[in-house]
Amino acid sequence: KKKRDATIELSKWSEEGKRQTRRHGGQRKTKMSNFARALSTTRRIGGDNPNRHYANNKIKTTKYTLLSFIPKNLFEQFHRFANVYFVFIALLNFVPVVNAFQPELALAPVVFILSVTAIKDLWEDYRRHRSDKEINHLDCLVYSRSERCYVEQYWKEVRVGDFIRLRCNEILPADVLLLSSSDPDRLCHIETATLDGETNLKQRQVVRSFIDLDAEFDPLKYNSVIECEKPNNDLNRFRGYIIHRNGRRDGLYKDNLLLRGCTIRNTEEAVGIVIYAGHETKAMLNNNGPRYKRSKLERQMNVDVFWCVIILLVMCLFSAIGHGLWMYQYGDKRPVFDVLSPEGTDLSPVVSAIYLFLTMIIVFQVLIPISLFVSIEIVKICQVFFIHQDMELYDEETDSHLQCRALNITEDLGQMQYIFSDKTGTLTENKMVFRRCTVAGVEYSHDANARRLAMYQEVDSEEEECLSHGGTLPRRESLCSQHSGKVVLRSQSTKSHRRTGSRAEAKRASILSKHTAFSSPMEKDITPDPQLLDKVNDCGSQMEFMRFHSQLLNQIPPDLCDVFDFFIALTICNTVVVSSPNQPRQKVRRFELKSPVKTIEDFIKRFTPSRLTSGSNSSSSSSLTTNRSSSQRACSSMLSSPSAESTLTKLNEEHFPGQGLQQAFSPVPPNYDQAKASAPDKCELRYEAESPDEAALVYAARAYKCSLVGRLPDQVTVELPHLGKLTFELLHTLGFDSTRKRMSVVVRHPLTEQITVYTKGADSVIMDLVRPPSDDSKGKRQRKILFKTQNYLNLYAADGLRTLCIAKKVLSKEEYAGWLRCHLEAETAIQGREELLFESALRLETDLHLLGATGIEDRLQDGVPETIAALRRAGLQIWVLTGDKQETAINIAYACKLLDPEEEIITLNAESQVQPNPFLVHRLGLVIDGRTLAYALDKSLEDKFLAVARSCRSVLCCRSTPLQKSMVVKLVRNKLKVMTLAIGDGANDVSMIQVADVGVGISGQEGMQAVMASDFALPRFQYLQKLLLVHGHWCYSRLANMILYFFYKNAMFVALIFWYQFYCGFSGSAMIDQWYLIFFNLMFSAFPQLITGTLDKDVSAETLQELPQLYMSGQNSEEYKPYMFWMNMIDAFYQSLICFFIPYFAYADSNVDLFTWGTPITTLALFTILLHLGIETKTWTWMNWTSIAFSIVLFFMVALCYNASCPTCYSPSNPYWTMERLLGDPLFYLMCIITPIAALLPRYALLHLTVLRTLTIVFMYESVCKYSFCLLALMLNECSFGSFAIQFQNYGLLIKFHVIGVFGLWLFIKIIPGPICRDFGLGLSYSKTQTNTRQVLQDLTQ
Amino acid sequence: MGKVRADAGPFARRPDNSAFKQQRLPAWSPSLTPYTVLPVFYFLALVCVLLGVWLLITVQNTHQLKIDYTDAGACATCAEMRNDPTKAKMNCDCVINFNVPKTFQGDVFIYYGLINFHQNLRRYIKSRDDDQLVGRKNSLKSPSSYCEPFAYDENAVPIAPCGAVANSMFNDSFTLTYHPPAGAAVNVPLYRKGITWYTDKNVKFRNPSTNTTLQQAFQGTAQPPFWQKPVYELDLDHPNNNGFINDDLIVWMREAAFPNFKKLYGILNRAHTTFSYGLPEGNYSIAINYNFPVQYFQGRKEVVLSTVSWFGGQNHFLPIAYLVSGGLIFIVAIVLTAVYVKVGRSGKNMEE
Repeated sequence: KKKRDATIELSKWSEEGKRQTRRHGGQRKTKMSNFARALSTTRRIGGDNPNRHYANNKIKTTKYTLLSFIPKNLFEQFHRFANVYFVFIALLNFVPVVNAFQPELALAPVVFILSVTAIKDLWEDYRRHRSDKEINHLDCLVYSRSERCYVEQYWKEVRVGDFIRLRCNEILPADVLLLSSSDPDRLCHIETATLDGETNLKQRQVVRSFIDLDAEFDPLKYNSVIECEKPNNDLNRFRGYIIHRNGRRDGLYKDNLLLRGCTIRNTEEAVGIVIYAGHETKAMLNNNGPRYKRSKLERQMNVDVFWCVIILLVMCLFSAIGHGLWMYQYGDKRPVFDVLSPEGTDLSPVVSAIYLFLTMIIVFQVLIPISLFVSIEIVKICQVFFIHQDMELYDEETDSHLQCRALNITEDLGQMQYIFSDKTGTLTENKMVFRRCTVAGVEYSHDANARRLAMYQEVDSEEEECLSHGGTLPRRESLCSQHSGKVVLRSQSTKSHRRTGSRAEAKRASILSKHTAFSSPMEKDITPDPQLLDKVNDCGSQMEFMRFHSQLLNQIPPDLCDVFDFFIALTICNTVVVSSPNQPRQKVRRFELKSPVKTIEDFIKRFTPSRLTSGSNSSSSSSLTTNRSSSQRACSSMLSSPSAESTLTKLNEEHFPGQGLQQAFSPVPPNYDQAKASAPDKCELRYEAESPDEAALVYAARAYKCSLVGRLPDQVTVELPHLGKLTFELLHTLGFDSTRKRMSVVVRHPLTEQITVYTKGADSVIMDLVRPPSDDSKGKRQRKILFKTQNYLNLYAADGLRTLCIAKKVLSKEEYAGWLRCHLEAETAIQGREELLFESALRLETDLHLLGATGIEDRLQDGVPETIAALRRAGLQIWVLTGDKQETAINIAYACKLLDPEEEIITLNAESQVQPNPFLVHRLGLVIDGRTLAYALDKSLEDKFLAVARSCRSVLCCRSTPLQKSMVVKLVRNKLKVMTLAIGDGANDVSMIQVADVGVGISGQEGMQAVMASDFALPRFQYLQKLLLVHGHWCYSRLANMILYFFYKNAMFVALIFWYQFYCGFSGSAMIDQWYLIFFNLMFSAFPQLITGTLDKDVSAETLQELPQLYMSGQNSEEYKPYMFWMNMIDAFYQSLICFFIPYFAYADSNVDLFTWGTPITTLALFTILLHLGIETKTWTWMNWTSIAFSIVLFFMVALCYNASCPTCYSPSNPYWTMERLLGDPLFYLMCIITPIAALLPRYALLHLTVLRTLTIVFMYESVCKYSFCLLALMLNECSFGSFAIQFQNYGLLIKFHVIGVFGLWLFIKIIPGPICRDFGLGLSYSKTQTNTRQVLQDLTQ
Repeated sequence: MGKVRADAGPFARRPDNSAFKQQRLPAWSPSLTPYTVLPVFYFLALVCVLLGVWLLITVQNTHQLKIDYTDAGACATCAEMRNDPTKAKMNCDCVINFNVPKTFQGDVFIYYGLINFHQNLRRYIKSRDDDQLVGRKNSLKSPSSYCEPFAYDENAVPIAPCGAVANSMFNDSFTLTYHPPAGAAVNVPLYRKGITWYTDKNVKFRNPSTNTTLQQAFQGTAQPPFWQKPVYELDLDHPNNNGFINDDLIVWMREAAFPNFKKLYGILNRAHTTFSYGLPEGNYSIAINYNFPVQYFQGRKEVVLSTVSWFGGQNHFLPIAYLVSGGLIFIVAIVLTAVYVKVGRSGKNMEE
């Protein structure tokens, strides 16, 4: 009933809406014209009209409706050429002169294949429909005008322009513009995990015009029009205007928009207006289904399908010509058995040859495997299923497993040759740990911290040892207690982070990690450097002292100042959000809400004293600005401006503004004991950062008691030692971007009243922006600091640390005003806002004063070196493409064993070119930086670059842009014609991932863009090893073998009929009944190969991982080489000859009739084909047995039933009672024994020859091992020549024996040529063992 | 989306640790070591050779005699007559003498054989109507289009049995006579009935049901153009052997697989004392009613006398195939063994 009310309501509303539209009509038009220029695509949303013409919130992701399913699905299926071909063949049967089968029967396989696909599509569509329905019927609160309150409605009934009330933890039904929030700051926090995978909370702001509303938002009073962009899929962009009735317009930004699918967090209630609904929401527009690629194997297969067509045509042509000649030999006198045409006229040999050609196409159609395409699809789905289910690819920590997003390129995983990897987040954990820092040219090495980190690993490994020795919990504890108690505690917390931890711990960690992004225990625990800690304390106490003794702050020595500023910068120069897990966000209703300075008037208002007098609503912030003189006197020197009095007055004032403020600002500087008492409380604060570096720095600062306590859009609260809580007024935040490579905050310093810019960014950038030191003594000191800092930065980089520089700048008020003007213009600009803001930021971030630098460690992910080593042994070339600086990248490369210390490294830089002679060194590593890469990717140089790169064992591209990454991948892929895999985790890897043959995304820390673009999403880099070496290999070898088997099977079956043509005047008769002919592929022989294609393991997973060399078989396409197709064809023809001629001769010269002879042939072919599969099958599970048994039973059941059911059906020829009679005929059984044996003898014998080959190889391998072991023993143990000689005599005999043995066996291997054995696709594992042996031999000889 | 998982805990997405899903189903991998392989080879070789020997002995005990009478002796004139269109309808008989060198013990089957007659030609096979042959009245009067151009005669009367297969039915007949060394010649008695599959005679071929005579049942149908007598008068000796259930017709209608084939004509009736052990050695003559023309397609006709073993007529192929295969397997086994012995010492290491 409620629903019906709602509908009525809607209709009422629409009337209202029309009126509204009319009312605003004229006004709107004029604005449209302005707007149309600015935003080329706009949409308008009148506040309270239902906006009927916009899409409603009902989503429908289904492809079909009940009515359109059949035509639409058929249409889609006929896009596949094979389907058209098979339908054409089937239709050909309806032409009487050429028909070969009963037309209805001939349609059966096509209809079957089409309907299987259709059912699959239907099922998928139904699942989509069900989930759509479920989503559409979720509830949400929508404002109802008639009832004047919010009523529950289904999601699908939400319309654009509806007001929606959202409660905490509710999921957003549509893209909603935030109009009101219960949050005192008019904020709303959302979690966007479902959209981009980022688990940190994001703040969204109420639209500016509604911020000042004190009373609860009343939809009835809302009377504005919204103009905004047309729906688009850019999650990070939203622009528009809200036009109020009085004509005022306010800009709308992405900060005002809550996106569908996000979850409201930390906010009790919010109200918003729906902007985009249903399919127009950004979430839905971003939701594009799985990607379709064509794998290499499939491309190769298509070539062979083409060859099958050629073979088919040749066979048909041969038959047609044969038939023409056959008819011709009888001349004019027609034999009695040569039937005239139905009209009774004579058929000329030529005409009947042409008819026959068409008939033969029908008869031989089986050669083109109709079911191959369907079978491949089924097998791939199963493969995807198994990859999904692999426990070893499941990450407990994040509760995520591998996702196959592209369903049809699983086998490409087994053929990769080049891997292009991102570094940060892919090879490394992207969990930053603060390691060391330098402030004002003094290095604080944080040795204790380093020791502690080392301890983590040690303890970890020891615990692993304990566990591996079967140590129980108590024992583990006793062992661990050898360390200090603190370490034990920490080690456990670390363990929960590391994956070696127990299940429960990992569980805890995963729960934890769900709520706080980037806060592993590792980051939180930082042991401060005692020296630096002293300085911080010193500085704090001095400041406190001065504050109380009204001294000028500039008396503090500059290095202490720098330390102080350094930590303030660490604490506030970020976008970290503070939250407390235990209680809901501690909300203090403040007296005034202010956003960062947004207008000049605002600026003037805030910075003029008149404000104080007029201040009906005096606030802490305004009180901070009381002393006009101080701000006027603000000069560029640090902490020098405010007079002691002014500071004091300000501080005194701070004590009394209100109750809330007393909480925000502790009036009395807390003494140390108090701080300690409140410590546990403090620890509970959680930091949610957008990037892990930020979190690491904030935690680092907290270790020095400089902790971030709260962050609001316009202010940051910091707790400092001795000084207590200080609130910085946040004027601007200039966010991080990858071109500037830095971020800045503009704040007003509460102690000095100065407008200060704190900048944090990449060292290369910041060092360039630092103000050049002057020549006086201060300048000299500066220069020294700069020099030292640069030295330390180099040192950090050499240690593989990520370096960040911290700088600050003090702005005079005039400077600030000047900059602010431009900045505001940029902010309000409609066109090119981003560019203008960028330029504005550039203007601000100049002439910086360097405070210091930090070194953050980005730890390698677990198992990365091992994985890289294994992948490399598998013959994969690994290139690392990173945006990091060269030194860091090289160090990480060393750490993950990508570069080897023994390797000669060629470094290509635009300035310097160090190139050792590549002919002298065997192992080369190439390091190239972004600028040089730009040259190298030039058309004229790319070949040379590739030539150099190919001769190198590893290639490292640093400082490369996303575009360069993708260009490198494209270059290698196109020029070298290799299979490439790109793996990355961030948005900057997306283009690379898309270009590569297989794109892999790491579903880890940096959002979901990479995952969205990828074909496979992995939780960790480590899993790449199993994915490629095991699953890739399996998928490839299974599918390759299945495809080859398919070709073989069809050729073998069709050839049987072809041989018969020689005995029936090439007339197109088939001794195999049409039922068998049509259903043989579809039913009788279909299941076993599917089972084998899905489950067979040519080599076990363990072996594949232990011997990565086996992967090379896939790289070289050894399972499916072009000639293998032909070898299989030859084998097929041989086997069909056997299957044909054994029954032929067995029945020759007898009174056998057509089907009594043809049915055994069918049976024999089935047995042979199944046994052939049996030879190919490497592992037999019960499913293999069952499927083969099922096939045979099915064949006999169908044959018996069919042969017994109908004596006249399927006229003119029907094999009535044939099978029944055959089963009583001993000859039938005799043939069943001999034929498969004779047919498969060559293949089986060759298989065993390969076995023996392997034997010899193993033997040889062993001898070589022993031989070299002897030599090694000689060299190691007996150093002196004398003893060597004696030993040589001892070993002499042995060596002689082995030398002879090795020689003989080499000869033997030459006698049995490997390719022949492999030609039949035989002995896969054995040829692999051979590759392996060769590898070992090569290694040994080197 | 949508489906709420019952176990929405922290490990909700952990895959099941079942053997199937982890691809750890217990599996048997055929271990291809010489110890497993060579015995298989030797065993197979042995089985094949033994079977081959047994079959060969069996086949040696069967006898077969082929008498090509296409233009042999007295039949040469008949052959010429059949070749001459003007004399095509004239009756012609001829007698051929032959000698059976060794007694045919057991059941003796008499076949007629045709060489180079493509009964398996696609257009020929199709040219029949099973519905008619099973005695359906409708089909009798309106034969299937498959029978074209032998569905209706010039007067548009439906042909029964229609189609090229029936039309081209073999219509020579034989009378076999034994000339014992002493005494008068004895007609060799033959079973001319019971030479078809039971199901053919009883299920697949039925006469149109009728209360009156067979002739009336076939009223309104024409005989096939090449036939000399209507379908209901095929066997004047046995009234029950007429119409569609005539044994010769049924035998003929079962199309042969190869262009050279034989079809059963009769089985020696061993009730007669002379023939109770089979066909005794000695001189025989065969009187042929020579009707079926074969010359214009270079065909031959023959009469075949044969005894059968438990797995069919006299055919040496299968035993030889077994012996050859057995031999080949044995050779391969020997080669493998030789290779293995050479490198055999390391064979034990294969297990690793």
